[in-house]
Amino acid sequence: MQDKIHSSYKQLEQKSKYTNLFLRWFLYFVLVVFAFYFIFPLYVMVVTSLKTMEEIRQGTLLTWPSGLNFDSWLVAWGGRGYGAGDTFLKPYFWNSIKMVVPAVFFSTFIGAMAGYVLTKWRFKGDKWVFLFLLFGCFIPYQAILLPMARTLGVLGISNSVIGLVLVHTVYGIPFTTLFFRNFYVSIPSELVKAARIDGAGFFKIFFKILLPVSTPIIVVTIIWQFTQIWNDFLFGSTFSFGEAAPIQVALNNMVLSSTSVKEYNVDMASAIIAGIPTLIVYVLAGKYFIRGLTSGAVKG
Amino acid sequence: MKTLKIEELSKNFGSTEVLRKINLEIDEGNFLVLLGPSGCGKSTLLNIIAGLETINEGNVHIDDYNVSKVEPKDRNIAMVFQSYALYPSMNVRENMIFGLKQAKVSKEKIEEQLEKVSKFLQVDALLERKPSQLSGGQRQRVAIGRALVREPRIFLFDEPLSNLDAKLRVEMRREIKKLHQQLKTTVVYVTHDQTEAMSLGTNIAIMNHGVIQQNDTPENIYNKPSNTFVADFIGSPSMNLIKGNLKESSNKVSFVTHGSNIEIPINGYDFKEKSNLDNKEVFFGIRPEHIFFKKSNEEDFEINLRADLSEYIGHEQIMTFNFENQEVLAKFPSTVKIDLSKNTKLFFDLTQISLFDAKTEERI
Repeated sequence: MQDKIHSSYKQLEQKSKYTNLFLRWFLYFVLVVFAFYFIFPLYVMVVTSLKTMEEIRQGTLLTWPSGLNFDSWLVAWGGRGYGAGDTFLKPYFWNSIKMVVPAVFFSTFIGAMAGYVLTKWRFKGDKWVFLFLLFGCFIPYQAILLPMARTLGVLGISNSVIGLVLVHTVYGIPFTTLFFRNFYVSIPSELVKAARIDGAGFFKIFFKILLPVSTPIIVVTIIWQFTQIWNDFLFGSTFSFGEAAPIQVALNNMVLSSTSVKEYNVDMASAIIAGIPTLIVYVLAGKYFIRGLTSGAVKG
Repeated sequence: MKTLKIEELSKNFGSTEVLRKINLEIDEGNFLVLLGPSGCGKSTLLNIIAGLETINEGNVHIDDYNVSKVEPKDRNIAMVFQSYALYPSMNVRENMIFGLKQAKVSKEKIEEQLEKVSKFLQVDALLERKPSQLSGGQRQRVAIGRALVREPRIFLFDEPLSNLDAKLRVEMRREIKKLHQQLKTTVVYVTHDQTEAMSLGTNIAIMNHGVIQQNDTPENIYNKPSNTFVADFIGSPSMNLIKGNLKESSNKVSFVTHGSNIEIPINGYDFKEKSNLDNKEVFFGIRPEHIFFKKSNEEDFEINLRADLSEYIGHEQIMTFNFENQEVLAKFPSTVKIDLSKNTKLFFDLTQISLFDAKTEERI
């Protein structure tokens, strides 16, 4: 009797061993397929940007370039050197930097403050304020274009980097507030109570006690805001043109305004240049991003 | 002069009433424990004393000065929290002196205080550590230290031990008791743990639904609970409350349950008011530890009850008996052998009983 049970256990054991092995291999297969799928466009872009136009015409998408030829990158960044009609990324890249840095800073800071107030200093109607802020996350970009254009006009900062900073800051606040609020909810309010008894005021509690433990959520917010603002095309193309345009708008102009031949290598190089800053931010702060999104709480 | 005096204090959050007409007084050096089930308003009361919550009605006085509208930092109090609430980004030293720095105390004085307190609490070796590098007991000590350096008039403790494991909790309890004996500072301590309350307090205020049910010494709370809530809340297992009637004839009072011929004479009971007793519906309260297996004194009432259930817990056993279809629990040493489903001879110590009006549930 016991032998019988044992042998049937053995069979089951064997069976589950094979099933597990199969599932494991299947898992790797799927992962590899998806990895290829996602890396493929990047491969094409990098490879194409390193080819000459001659090579592009003769080879296929996948053929390896003959050598490391960065000419198209130089053209994309600094232009060909002749006067009119020569669009290149360098000035617009700095436009974008000038727009992104203050916009990310202000929206993150204001979001942190708002999150702090909404969680640690309850006031009458705070739930409504938060609800309206949340509502701000769901308003489609297009809906605010006209009123925003009018506002910028009245303020006299339309078609300027400052105007874009304002737009992105205002539009970022609902998101940043939401991030910080959800983070600060998990921080015990007793900390604030203890600090109040110790005699710390509103700002002191924020700067000395809450902000030093907010690193994960600050990183998350910076990545989020940086990506959003850097990659934004709609606001950039609506509220700015010519010299004040951010890089995404310039990229579009560059690619569309090519006169005679499509220079795929220059286009690809430009696209990569326009994407590099967000990549850098992700690589530098990526692990905080995951950690900040999943954990949130800091255990004292 | 009372160190702390609370008058007619009421508090509501929106439409929910949290505290109702609270009156409390504490003498210098006393240890008051606010005890009650969760949601009874004890923590809110403590927060109000600290100034962290506003008051709807009534006043709080510290040293005869009305502090109802005074900021927490100016109330001369210090508070220890359940989650310790140590500032995570600061090390132990910075945590402990944060309040003094805010109060602009001189550097020399701060160092002096820090040294004194950290030696006293044996955290002087930990000063450079961050809270995350401390064990639970150490964090607790630092939190107490942070309160101590301020040399407050009143210490407020908000369930300071409930985050610790059972063994450490008992140790820290003893340390808090020692601390109070040495410093003799007035303490208000919130807990839901009756053992903590009993062992620490010089006074216990039992709260339920925002009302103080009884404010008395631990002995009186245990021996003379003022109503059935207190009787039921204190003690483990809690007091047996047997429903029945009083019978008065020719100056002799006794207790009878419905439809039974058992009459328990209660002449020795210290009634608050000895009138209109006949036929009064009452709860007869007797603690499980006051039911004996052997006669303990002359007044003991002898009774035969059937044992229904036995719970063995090592140093003692809790037996459930059937008293005219009402459950009666008794506590015996575990060496005593009692057969289930058989009648056992028991002795009720009638000097230790409590009687409650069945309608008002108040002690009579």
